[in-house]
Amino acid sequence: MSFDVLWRYAPALISGFGVTVLCWSLGSALGLALGFAIALLNRLKFAPLRWLLRLYVEIIRGTPFLVQLFLLYAGGPSIGLKLSATMAGIVGLALYSSAYFAEIFRAGFTAVPQGQVEAAMSVGMRPVDILFRVSLPTALIATVPAIVNMLVILSKETVVLSIITVPELMYQMQTMAAETFTAFDAIFAMAVFYWLLVEAVSRVGRRVETRLTAYLTREAAA
Amino acid sequence: MRPEVILHSFWYLMQAAGVTIALSLVGIALGFVLGALVCIARLSGNPIATRLGAFYVSFFRGVPLLVQLLFIYYFLAEYGLDVPALVAAIGGLGFSSGAYQAEILRGALNAVPSGQGEAAVALGFSRLAIWRRILLPQALRISAPPLINEFILLLKASSLVSVVGIAELTRVSMNIASMTYRPFEAYLGGGLIYLAINLCLAGFGAVAERRLATGRS
Repeated sequence: MSFDVLWRYAPALISGFGVTVLCWSLGSALGLALGFAIALLNRLKFAPLRWLLRLYVEIIRGTPFLVQLFLLYAGGPSIGLKLSATMAGIVGLALYSSAYFAEIFRAGFTAVPQGQVEAAMSVGMRPVDILFRVSLPTALIATVPAIVNMLVILSKETVVLSIITVPELMYQMQTMAAETFTAFDAIFAMAVFYWLLVEAVSRVGRRVETRLTAYLTREAAA
Repeated sequence: MRPEVILHSFWYLMQAAGVTIALSLVGIALGFVLGALVCIARLSGNPIATRLGAFYVSFFRGVPLLVQLLFIYYFLAEYGLDVPALVAAIGGLGFSSGAYQAEILRGALNAVPSGQGEAAVALGFSRLAIWRRILLPQALRISAPPLINEFILLLKASSLVSVVGIAELTRVSMNIASMTYRPFEAYLGGGLIYLAINLCLAGFGAVAERRLATGRS
């Protein structure tokens, strides 16, 4: 293991990590927003729209992320969609995660007891108020563990962006490996690094989870 | 948009889909064996085996599959074993799937009410008989739907082995894209085949789930 090589390439690796974090955070944020919008639109009882959204979710969940990225990045220009690699990566992550987030939010809405919604209707709350004051608070808390899990999965998926030449950590590491003939050292460092990263993110995620759902456990204990 | 690109290379894509399915099948089988071993290790009560099992699951679930694939590829090369790409691909898929399947199996075994095992002990069943007649049949039934789900995930993950040069569906789509200069149509064709396979699997999973659920009541 040659640490001096890692040291020499530190600036490139750090910038790569920056791109990884950028793609991850922007892609997840956009994906969360889009997924939430899909879940909300799904609640309008308009059949054709629901079929379309269902189709979208099934297509995204039924195809590999890598193929989606190729379709977006390599295939995009032939339908007039020209994106830089990084932009394609962020948009790809957003579209990919939106389908999973939509399913998570949908499941969250089903966790709201029907009786609460009916009670709110019977005391004459407006549909908007029912959504924001009754359904959403319960639904969002119920989705926290699944969202944390998905964010961890997405942090690993960013590695795939290196294949469409997004200059993130994996890409920089492979460049380093090719220039210095240290393929094994590079990939070993990557494995350890991502392992620690995922463990750390999971741990922070669990903290957030217990924090946000604390009142649920307290209620259960009482 | 020229859909005839997809039609012209249809058989080429179908062959590649066969490779993808075969890879995933071998990967899931290897993963099942590894997963069962890891699951046994974690439930064995032996502290070292438990630790090792937990380490395996944490490592292979924490490291991205792409990194794992290249790791296996370069690791063996570093120690003078020039493995064919196919071995690295199957190994990568199998090892990572093993970690997920170990968790699925562990969850299923834990879902069997512990009173049943205790009742069997009280009735004088041998350890082997308890596993063979009480724990395993129920655990396998509980784990069937998540295992089918894991197969769908693995089938999608198998697209990553294109980077080590296996001519599976994604790689062949890339080849078609570069031969025809029509990347959109090529990847669309490849993507549609993945979608078709996965929808079939999901349908099969739903049927299996219903069948197994009625058997339980």
